[in-house]
Amino acid sequence: MTLTVKMTLNGNAVSAEVEARTLLVQFIRDYIGLTGTHVGCDTSQCGACVVHVDGKAIKSCTILAAQCQDSTVVTIEGLADGDKLHPMQEAFRDNHGLQCGFCTPGMVMSAVDIVARHPHLNEDLVRQELEGNLCRCTGYHNIVKAILAGSPRG
Amino acid sequence: MYDFNYHRATSLESAAEIYSQSEDPVYLAGGMTLIPTLKQRLARPTDVIDLGGVDGLSDVEQSAETLSIGSMTTHAAVAANSAVSSVIPALSALAGGIGDPHVRNKGTLGGSVANNDPAADYPAALVGLDATVVTTQREIPAEEFFVGMFETSLVEGELISHVRFSIPDRAAYMKFANPASRYAIVGVMVAKFPGQIRVAVTGAGPAVFRSGEMEQALASEFSPGAIDGVTVAPDELNSDIHAGQEYRANLVRVMAARAVEICG
Repeated sequence: MTLTVKMTLNGNAVSAEVEARTLLVQFIRDYIGLTGTHVGCDTSQCGACVVHVDGKAIKSCTILAAQCQDSTVVTIEGLADGDKLHPMQEAFRDNHGLQCGFCTPGMVMSAVDIVARHPHLNEDLVRQELEGNLCRCTGYHNIVKAILAGSPRG
Repeated sequence: MYDFNYHRATSLESAAEIYSQSEDPVYLAGGMTLIPTLKQRLARPTDVIDLGGVDGLSDVEQSAETLSIGSMTTHAAVAANSAVSSVIPALSALAGGIGDPHVRNKGTLGGSVANNDPAADYPAALVGLDATVVTTQREIPAEEFFVGMFETSLVEGELISHVRFSIPDRAAYMKFANPASRYAIVGVMVAKFPGQIRVAVTGAGPAVFRSGEMEQALASEFSPGAIDGVTVAPDELNSDIHAGQEYRANLVRVMAARAVEICG
């Protein structure tokens, strides 16, 4: 079956007619054309597809677009304010928290969620909280540094 | 994923109604198991009935002796709930150790127990904390609810509305997690109630089970050393590339002893 899915995506009202089986990440990438959200493993493990749905960080490869009907969704494209990067994006740049960059959109979206939930961050906690995000280049060290630096209290 | 008809239910009654009118329906709670299953084409339901729009299934209610949690409460919400952490901190810790933060933001209590994965954490919590599963049709004691591997006593169309946990004097859950998936290779919930000790084991066998021998040993002396001599029969346990039967059997005792130690 097809249905019309509507949501607020990065502050804009969007809608598309999609098959019921369409995943949120397919809706975002293939129907709306925002390709910053990546598909890494497609098996709920790597976190490259992390976006925020109604304020919660979730894996957009493991949720139907239909489940996000009327939701508010934020992707990596929704963080920067025009040319001004989000503080977490700045922190990733300043700390060289990436190499190939494939995992980075999911890392940054998770990082923003982590600092929002934890007023008192430390390195151990950041490493625990990154359980759902895989990076095959960096060894995580600079990602952890970036997240600590990108925390408002960092 | 094969295509299907998608329905967004607004009440448990309407969900059951859609279920009864569909050819081969399935309920969708958080979808953390169902969506991957559909993506791998391991299931081909004609109709997917989304419970995400049903209100009133995410409440936590505390009484003198019980803690009742709505079936659509996410693992993250259980882990962060102050009532849960003040009366059953072991349950907060268990919910906070499922999967990863993104899975915990979508996965639900009801979805997990209805799926009854042999390596899931919640079955140990329900059996260890002498819980009752409340459905649209009846109340089911946890030990009767979990029947076997991926099998529960739920009948066609029946929906869980909430789970009522008994509040123990003390409890602790220890798991030896698969380092990739965070599923339990072995997880043990030890709970101390007035006049009763419960030891519930997940991950080790085809479904959650109680260790009567450990419960007896702990009833006479509640200390990690009390179960030193208790052996777990490996014959009926699971075996895979991560852990063989003998290894799992030993882990049951080790995890139980650690849980007892945390209980104090």
